[in-house]
Amino acid sequence: MSEPILRAERLGKNFGGLAAVRDVSLDLAPNQIHAVIGPNGAGKTTLINLLSGDLVPTTGRVFFRGTEIEGHALDSIARLGIARAYQRTNIFAGFSIFENCRLAAQARRQPGIRLFRPALGYREVNDAAERALALAGIETRADERASDLSHGEQRQLELAMALATEPQVLLLDEPLAGMGLEEASRITTLIARLGADHAILLVEHDMDAVFNIAATVTVMVDGAVLASGTPAVIRTDAAVQAAYLGEAV
Amino acid sequence: MTKQAWPILLGLGLIVLIALPLVAGKFGLDLAARIMIMAIFAMSLDLLVGFAGMVSLGHAAFFGIGAYALYLLSPQYGGASLFLSLPAAVVAAALAAFVIGLLVLRSSGVYFIMVTLAFGEMFYYYANGARWLGGSDGAYVYQRPSAGPIDLGQGHAFYYLVLIALAASYLLLRVILRAPFGHALRGIRSNDHRMRSLGFATPHYKLLAFVIAGALAGLAGYFDAAQFGVVNPELFGWRLSGSVLMMVILGGMGTIDGAILGAAVLVLLENFLGDLTTHWLLPMGMFIVAAVLLLPQGLIDPASLWRTTRARRHV
Repeated sequence: MSEPILRAERLGKNFGGLAAVRDVSLDLAPNQIHAVIGPNGAGKTTLINLLSGDLVPTTGRVFFRGTEIEGHALDSIARLGIARAYQRTNIFAGFSIFENCRLAAQARRQPGIRLFRPALGYREVNDAAERALALAGIETRADERASDLSHGEQRQLELAMALATEPQVLLLDEPLAGMGLEEASRITTLIARLGADHAILLVEHDMDAVFNIAATVTVMVDGAVLASGTPAVIRTDAAVQAAYLGEAV
Repeated sequence: MTKQAWPILLGLGLIVLIALPLVAGKFGLDLAARIMIMAIFAMSLDLLVGFAGMVSLGHAAFFGIGAYALYLLSPQYGGASLFLSLPAAVVAAALAAFVIGLLVLRSSGVYFIMVTLAFGEMFYYYANGARWLGGSDGAYVYQRPSAGPIDLGQGHAFYYLVLIALAASYLLLRVILRAPFGHALRGIRSNDHRMRSLGFATPHYKLLAFVIAGALAGLAGYFDAAQFGVVNPELFGWRLSGSVLMMVILGGMGTIDGAILGAAVLVLLENFLGDLTTHWLLPMGMFIVAAVLLLPQGLIDPASLWRTTRARRHV
């Protein structure tokens, strides 16, 4: 296995007396999809928060290409090329769909403050935003207000914003939740394709999607890793079956 | 008000202001200059409140710094050099905004309001007790600044310089608000956390907005001291911070044009109600309450009157 892009080493996060994440180690290899599954409350979203910089881990370390990054500011971690799509849609509701993505592209391409030329006059930023919208399949609605999108479409916008930052690492928190069948399968295909040139951490409840597109699956229960391996191994793991998958797989 | 009508209206306003000295007397010109000075001040606050979402109740601190800078740079029996004192006042206010911004921008929401209020009051009480600043009585600026043939004490020089400053401030704000910087500020007001997770170093954006707003407030304060020839601690105080915030809200936050309109309306009301009755604050207060209730988008958007009354009928 090649050098991991993002590595979590014995991560732990306590909220008061509650250990939301305990002793989680995990490697994200380049150009691979690594799925994290587990029942509600298993600590999957908290794990993403620790990797993205939204939360500072209580214990453990996070490495990006060998450099320790835990405790760094949220925005500086994002600028390394680690993008995140939130589970609870986190968009600029009053702005146009295009502007949501344009801001994301601006963050990547113009990290310095620019005061004079009109924002809409930067072709490369506009193009990056439009590419991301097209990938997520909402380019036809670019001029509408983000708050006018349906829940599922807002999830697509959330993904488009992450893509517009042209990241190396994508942390996707239940990207398919709330989508119709057709869109879900479209986005699953998109994620599979993105896996060819991104390192993706995918938290998802849709087991069919996960087992089809992930190279590695990590199962979390009660904040800790129960098992980790290829989909085939996880499918047949006795402990996983007992604890989580049950009859479903 | 349609979008196409605005540039025409602005152009007309500019022509009226340029031509005003031909028709108006001293009283009218002084009043117009007063409005323009407060408009610069209100626009600078609108950058913070209306675009970056930072409600400051201490913005007068920078106005006061600009005013006192002119006092300190004026020789006792003569006028200050315009080319020296004006940039110095703006830079002093900007520097103060940089230092204060580093401290206050750690907080947000109600805490930001309280901390900015506290800083404004610190300046007020300091100036109130500082003998070198004239203490509670304040101090006089005996002569307006001048530079070679330009003497702000002569003819219409002061009026036109204020007009130029207003136009330049307006253009500057329009340019930076249209630039990536302005788009990022609106994003910060909408969702600061998301901006950071996209990779924006939002504290830097907010600090720069704070510094630009402080510098323009200092410019306004400089002209205020030049116009009235006097500085006093009230220029730092919360009353002035509050009334400039009122201009922004009344005119319509996040529009820049609204800040100018709000400044004009409040200065005019203050003047004419003050002439009509000594209890002028009462009708003024009633007017503000009515305006805010009926025109939530500010005076700049009179169509919102129709929307609010209609909305109420539907309840």
